[in-house]
Formats: sequence, C-alpha cells, structure tokens
Amino acid sequence: MSGNIVLNINGQKRKVENNSDVSLLLVLRNDLKLNGPKFGCGLGQCGFCTVFLDEVPVRSCVTSLSEVQGREITTLEGLSEGEELHPVQQAFLEEQAAQCGYCTNGMIMMGKALLDRNPNPSEEEIRLALAGNLCRCGTHLRIIRAIKRAARGVSSDV
Amino acid sequence: MCEQTRREFIKQSGSLLIGFSICSHLPEELLAAGGDLPGSLSDHPSLDSWLEVNADGSVTIFSGKIEMGQGIGTALVQIVAEELDMRVERVRVVAGDTSRTPDEGGTGGSRSVQNSGSALRSAAAEARQFLLQLAAEQLGLPLSQLEVDDGTIRPRGKKMPSLSYGRLFGGHRFQRVATGKASVKDFRDYRLVGKSVPRIDLPDKVAGRSVYIQDMRLPKMLHARVVRPPNYWSRLESLREKSVLVMPGVVQIVRDGSFLAVVAKKEEQAIDASVVLRQNARWNGEAQFDLSNGFFPYYENLPFREMPVKHWGNVASSFEGSMHVIESTFRRPYQSHGSPGPSCGIAQMKDGFLTVWTHSQNAYDLRLELTHLLGIPKEKMRVIHKDGPGCYGHNGADDAGADAALIASRLPGFPIRVQWSRQEEFQWAPFGKAAVIRLKAGIGLDGKVRAWQGRIISDTRNERPGGGGEVVCAWHLASPIPRAPTGFSQGPARNGVPLYAFPSLDVKVHSVKGPLRVSSLRSLGAYANVFAIESFMDELAQVAEMDPVQFRLNQLEDPRACEVIRRVVTASQWGKKKRVGGLGWGLAFACYNDTGAYTAMAAQVQVEKQTGRVKVLRVISAVDAGLIINPDGVRNQMEGGIIQSASWTLKEEVKFGPEGVKTQDWEDYPILGFEEVPEVEVILVNRPDQPAVGVGEVAQGPAAAAISNAIYDAIGVRVYDLPFTPSKVKKALARIG
Repeated sequence: MSGNIVLNINGQKRKVENNSDVSLLLVLRNDLKLNGPKFGCGLGQCGFCTVFLDEVPVRSCVTSLSEVQGREITTLEGLSEGEELHPVQQAFLEEQAAQCGYCTNGMIMMGKALLDRNPNPSEEEIRLALAGNLCRCGTHLRIIRAIKRAARGVSSDV
Repeated sequence: MCEQTRREFIKQSGSLLIGFSICSHLPEELLAAGGDLPGSLSDHPSLDSWLEVNADGSVTIFSGKIEMGQGIGTALVQIVAEELDMRVERVRVVAGDTSRTPDEGGTGGSRSVQNSGSALRSAAAEARQFLLQLAAEQLGLPLSQLEVDDGTIRPRGKKMPSLSYGRLFGGHRFQRVATGKASVKDFRDYRLVGKSVPRIDLPDKVAGRSVYIQDMRLPKMLHARVVRPPNYWSRLESLREKSVLVMPGVVQIVRDGSFLAVVAKKEEQAIDASVVLRQNARWNGEAQFDLSNGFFPYYENLPFREMPVKHWGNVASSFEGSMHVIESTFRRPYQSHGSPGPSCGIAQMKDGFLTVWTHSQNAYDLRLELTHLLGIPKEKMRVIHKDGPGCYGHNGADDAGADAALIASRLPGFPIRVQWSRQEEFQWAPFGKAAVIRLKAGIGLDGKVRAWQGRIISDTRNERPGGGGEVVCAWHLASPIPRAPTGFSQGPARNGVPLYAFPSLDVKVHSVKGPLRVSSLRSLGAYANVFAIESFMDELAQVAEMDPVQFRLNQLEDPRACEVIRRVVTASQWGKKKRVGGLGWGLAFACYNDTGAYTAMAAQVQVEKQTGRVKVLRVISAVDAGLIINPDGVRNQMEGGIIQSASWTLKEEVKFGPEGVKTQDWEDYPILGFEEVPEVEVILVNRPDQPAVGVGEVAQGPAAAAISNAIYDAIGVRVYDLPFTPSKVKKALARIG
C-alpha cells in the first residue's frame, strides 16, 4: 500500500512516501539519498546493504518498508558524530582496510555489532561474525586487523 | 645469457606496441616532440594535458588511469607531490574524462605506474623547473638560490620573499611541451615516494559519502532496467507491452529488435515493470554447442588457429636426447570477475550532445564503441569516469554505460540510470577465459630441462569495447552491430613462456572460439599459465630427484628472480618442511608479463583426506616491483591478489549449459570467505634504482601454483584441473588408493 510513512533514521524523523513492500535499501538510497548501504545482490547474500534496526544488523535489501515502521534505523552515516568518525570507521582508515570499498559499509556495521556485544573478540570470533559478508578484493585480513584495533581502542576507553 | 636477450626483445616489442597508441587531438609538431619522453608523455607531451596549478595553490593532475580500488590515484599524487615539493593533500586527481584527461588507453595490465606515473613524474619535474624560472624572474633572484617548500618558492633557508605556486601561476596554462630535459628527483632525496601514504579515496568510502557511480543522483533522473534474453542466442519473438505501460511510474518501453528496456520514474517502479515485461516476452533460439560429453572434451576439440608465441633451439632433437620426457595437461574453467557491485551506467542526451558516466576501465574506448552503437560522432559525446565497485578487469561496466547511452538517446533531456542486477552481472559480463595447457619437457643427465614445449588452448577473442559490437546491447538491436573478427593472442599467451633458461623451447597458442563471452580478467592468461608451468616444474623436479627450489634456481639466470625465491625460502624455513597430518607446503615463482614484477611465494595447506576439503593456512610471499611508490599499497595488492587467487583456485567455476549461463548469484558462485582466508605475509624487495612496475596482477599465478604444489606435498597426488574442489581432490586421492 502506498502512503506517507515516518521513519526514525539516524536519530531523525524522516517522512517517506512509498509503498510498504518496497525494500528499505531503495528507500534509504533513493528517497533519503543515503550512500552508506550499498546494493550488491538484492538477495541478502553479500551484506553490503547492512543497517541497524534497533541496534540489530539487518540486510536492508531484503527488509521491506513495512517491517521498519516505528523502529530505530541506523546507517553508516549515523555512526559518526559530525566530522568525528566512529572508532570502527577510524580503525578502518588506520589499517587501510579497503580496496574498492564497496563492501566496507557491511564490514563496519558488522564489526560494530560484534564489538557492541563482545568488546574484546578473538580473531576466530571476528572471522565468524563476518562470515556472512563478502569481500571480493581480498582485504579480509585488513578488516580483521581493523576490528582488532577498534576493540583495543574501545576497551581502553572503558 | 640468452634469457637476458629475450627480455630485451620483449621490452623492445613492448615499446613498439606503445607507439601504436592514437594521439587524436595534438598538432603534429607536438607529437613529433614527444618521441623519447617517458610513459604516456610521449603521446601527450603538452604539460597542460597533465597538470594545472590552481589559484589556491593546489595542483590538479589529469590521468587516463582510473581508480578501481587499487590505489593508483594515491600513487600518482605521491609521485607529483614529490616532484613539485608539495603535500599530498594539495594535489587532486581528475581521471578518465574524455574532455579533460589524456587518452592513455585502458587502466589495466598493471601498467598505470609505468605509463601514467612516469609521465606525470616527468611532467611535474618540467613544471617545477618552469615555475622556478618564473619565480626567479619575479623575485629578481638567481635560480640557484631558490628552493620549494610545500608549493612555495623562496630563497634557500629564508622565509621571505616568497611566491606560492598559486600566486605565481594559478589559473594559467603552461602552453608548452615537455622537453624531457628537466631532471627528476634522485630517489635518495624522496620524502613521499616510498612512504605508505594513506589512500586518498578511503576517508569518503569509510564515511559513506558519495563516491561511486551508484551514488550519483541527477535532477530529473529516470531509472531503467534492461530485460535481457535468457541466453546469448535467444531473440525476442513476441511481446505484450500494454499491461506494463499502465504500471505506476512507467515512462517508456524501449525496444529495438531484441533489446528491451523499461524506463520509470523510480527505481522500484522500473524493477517491478521489468519483472512483468519479462513475463510478457517470448524468446526463441537454440544453443550452438553440445556439452553432452562435458565442457573440456568439447573445448579441447574445437577447431583452432595456431599462433606461435616463442621458439628457440632445436626442440625435437633435444627431446630425443633427453633422459626423461614428461607430459602433463592443466585446465582452467571459465571464471567470473564477480564484481562485488553489479554494473551501473548513467547517460543524458541534451541538445544533441551525449554525456555518459561510467565505471569503465577506458572512457575513450567506450566513447569509440558508442560511435558505432549510436552513430553519434565522438565530438558530440563526453564519457566521464566515476569510481565503481572492484572490477578486476573487464566486467559489465562498459555494457551498462552503453545501455544507458542507448536508452538516453531515445529519451532526450532525461538522465537515464541503468543498474544491472546481480544475475545480469553474472550472466552477461565477460568471463575470464578457460584454458587447457599441455606441457611437455625433456630432462637431461645434468638434471636440467633440455627441451620445453607448451600448447595453450584458449579463447583468444578479447571483447574490449572500441571496434563496434563489443557491448551486449549492440548484439540485440534490430540491426546488430557486427563484431570485429580478430582476437588478442597476447591474453592467453601471457606468461606462457617460463623465465627459466631452457636451451630449447617451443610455445604456441591454439586459439579457439569457446561458447562464452570472454575478456580480460586480472592477469589474463598468466594465472593459468603460471599455475601450469610452476606445477609442472615441481613434477619435473621430482623426476630429476631434486628439491623443487634447487631445481628452479639451477635454471634461473636472472638475479632478481633468484632473490625473491631465496627470500621466501628463508622466511618459510623451506628446508625444514615436513608432510604430516595432511599438511603440505608448495612454492612457486613468476615474473609477471615477462618484464614486470618478480614474485615468489610459499603456501601451506591442510587437506582433509576424508572430505577432500583444502584449506590454505598461510602464504609467505616476496615481491620485487622495482622502485616502490607506496609500500602499504603494494602489500594491499599482494594480500588481495593472493586471497582472490586462492578463491579462484579452490572454488570458482562458471556453470553453463544449453539453456545458458546457470551461474546467477553468490550461492551458485561461492567465493572465499572470512573463515577460509589464509594468513598472508608480504616481503618487499625494494629496488629504487629500477623502474616502478605494477603489482595488481603478479600474485594470482604463483598463488595458484603454490597451492597446487602444497596439495601434492600434503597428499602425494596432483590435481590438474582448477578449481581444487573437494570432489576433485577426492577423485585424485582415489587414483592412488
């Protein structure tokens, strides 16, 4: 059904006029002009479109608009505070943990989700947490190092 | 030293090829002046083609070589900032724009640092000298007393008087041709080149700012989806359009022969309409190949054209006098580029002028291709590069750009955005070529190879755009664009000739026309050739009853080749390896494209005999790419190249049959994941006195061979056909019982 839907995105209320069965990814990218979540497969296989729904990572390409009403949506853009990057984003820069960068959104979001529930993960736990996310350039080892680095930063803040 | 002579020969023939490049918009006298200038500067000797000084003191550089995640933008900025004595933050890059940047051909073959980097280095040195002379005149000081500090010229050791590049020359054009006489910096004085300068494109990528073509949103932009035939050979027989035309947001259906697309106001509307349009379309056509006996029996028996690659010595008589003659056959299936993001193209026709935004590797050649497709002269078109997802060669980027251009030409005034689906990218983008490599070698009493014979059966067609008929939409028009008949034999032949000093050798390509659309996938034929050659070298070493490392070193004359092998031997403690519990080590070496970077690596694998599952645990590599511009950039490319190759080698194979390409998504085409990625160590052998060469394609072949040799070391049996899936490993194990 078509109509006005109010979404809670990155701490703001945004009005969207679209069908309830449209994928959240298309709404985020086209209606709300956000660039963080990427279209990679549209099938929930690659993880590039990952966003948080009430702090739980979901694949926005297979999530419909009707499923997200009244819930808190956070995208990559919502992690940083103004110009200040989130520690996981900062760690990706410090480790130069990307080549083409197309999978980076999903990696940062899954990395943050992991550190939120486990501030000091082992390498095996990091690999497991990212097992559902694809990287084609082969920057996996850098991504693992970035999450380890962010974990060190996160735990030293406590 | 026949080997040295051969390398010289290849170097010379390489420069001859470069000489064929087209220099379309330069006056004759400028072209003549370019003769001995380095890299692409010889084709584009005007300094204004490469550099612009801005009023704020920043410098813009123009390069034909585009960023695709390999970090070339950062490397080029480092080179220019070094010569101009500026901070990297003050150098910006414009790349791949037919209206602004020099035509340097495509970005590929690991030649960007050689061609664009050396041109920019020389142009920047020339610009610096010119700016210093200008400053000397304005300040009334002798040239010898001046120095440059972060883009400001002033008397040596003093703060004043000073003149910034911006104040001195901002907004002006050089209007001069490079002379090649300005001396470039001595490498011992480098402050930026050789440092791991962070990638200039990553902050935006990590923050989710607008970077990619997929992020472009133009006013009034419409969204299109193409409805493709089910396979290469089907054509549109009938179509019911009415029910689609009344769907919400649908603006137009574009049909030309079997080319079918729908344009809508919103992307989801275009997607919905394309689904219904597909249901309403009927296609017919039959496959022209018979795979009932399997793919390789079909492929190996195709008619072929024989193309000599290299021949020296008397191979026939050398085989006759050999102690042992050994033959093996290695196979590679078609493999997908598997670009992480499906291709996208945007185009707008306005007042008879077409602008196309693309993530193509070659904006100029796409423009040329579009002249054939649309009949629009190239002066009426501008093709602009925008960053895209990793492509690893020729993926669907050009096709999506052409789709957008074709549709935009039918809907003047509106920017048209075409986004491919995951399925389209897998089914319609060109594939990496299949290959069957038959090797034969004779070993003499001295334990060295006396005779070497290689036959490389592979698709030689290269479907790069430019000549017409090389974008998918062109095949489907009511009047299809004919395709250029010739191929590109250098692709399958790449690294087909080993660097070892064999006294007699004969290598030929058997060029076939296979069933799938093929084009350049990272490293081209080098991946399969190095896999075959270096696996075979281990087989030969075993026959000669020698350690595989010693067997190689005995036949290598090039000291740089020996050095990378020795580095890996030391780092991996090679001599102490033991085959226990399904663990094994393998080593391999190659010099990419005969004159590029030297790479050696040792891989450790674990093979589960029960399941046939292979896990690559660790790879230790060494690379000598001459002068290193950015050490972390080299490491990133090496790590990525090794991991991607491990994925190709263990997992990747395109599935297809009489119904078409069956590979549609990541479930059909699994790639290496986090739980399987090996530890990788990269040893850099820096040679500042040697020309800088690229590293994007150097790791793939050696990684495959090192894994192949490690599997043999672990289980005592060799797998000859890629990829090394559990079922193939189990089958190989069954051979030895």
